[in-house]
Amino acid sequence: MAEPMKIRTKMVDGAAQIFVLMIHPMETGQRKDPRSGQVFPAHFIQHVLATLNDKPVLDMQCGPAISKNPVFGFRVKDAKAGDKLVVTWEDNKGEKARAEATIA
Amino acid sequence: MEQARVNHLRRLILKGGGAGGVLACALAAGMLRPTLAHAADWNKAAFESKSLADALKLIGADGAAENADILIKAPEIAENGAVIPIEVSCRIAGAESIALLAEKNPFPLMAHAVLANGTEGYLNTRFKMGQTSVVKVVVKAGGKHYIASREIKVTIGGCGG
Repeated sequence: MAEPMKIRTKMVDGAAQIFVLMIHPMETGQRKDPRSGQVFPAHFIQHVLATLNDKPVLDMQCGPAISKNPVFGFRVKDAKAGDKLVVTWEDNKGEKARAEATIA
Repeated sequence: MEQARVNHLRRLILKGGGAGGVLACALAAGMLRPTLAHAADWNKAAFESKSLADALKLIGADGAAENADILIKAPEIAENGAVIPIEVSCRIAGAESIALLAEKNPFPLMAHAVLANGTEGYLNTRFKMGQTSVVKVVVKAGGKHYIASREIKVTIGGCGG
């Protein structure tokens, strides 16, 4: 199962600044194992969805060019302390993860 | 003749049973657990296109106008091509989506984010690049696409300097 995400939130000028760290190999499918010459199969996050109080705020599609253990930062205007944030991701192998946080 | 019919029926039943079994296993493993729905399927064609022009076309952004209000904050020289921080902020009102592309990557389209419900035109992430390339950021606002570029050098050897 996927490791838990880390979510950090901060209010900046009336907007919630949200950072999400996901633990994921983000294997591109281009890299070869130097010993066997086999290509490491691609394994990367394809979808990230963040909702604030059940309303989608960020619906993102990713390719394998996003770095290993991806970090995404975004800002939501008019968010308030106590608002409920839910972040989910899904990768190309169908693995999923979900995390919740409240805006600080 | 009779024998053949029975056999056929038996096959059908076995097949049906097999499919049902797979479904039951999938349910048990939680594979079909409903999760939050995404607005759109993963844009396979765009993410797998090998040229920048095709990728831009497939996200509907061909002919995007250059715009100086998209600010790209990224190192001029990235010592480690595997982790390049990038921060995009745009001053165009009503940004609806942000796409990141690297011209010389095997697949130029890196990410495409749809912003909604008060999310500002701002995105911060880290990406990979195999070689020095121009990075393009496409912002959609008010139904129009705007583009900005920035060259990021990737040093080989990682000694910096």
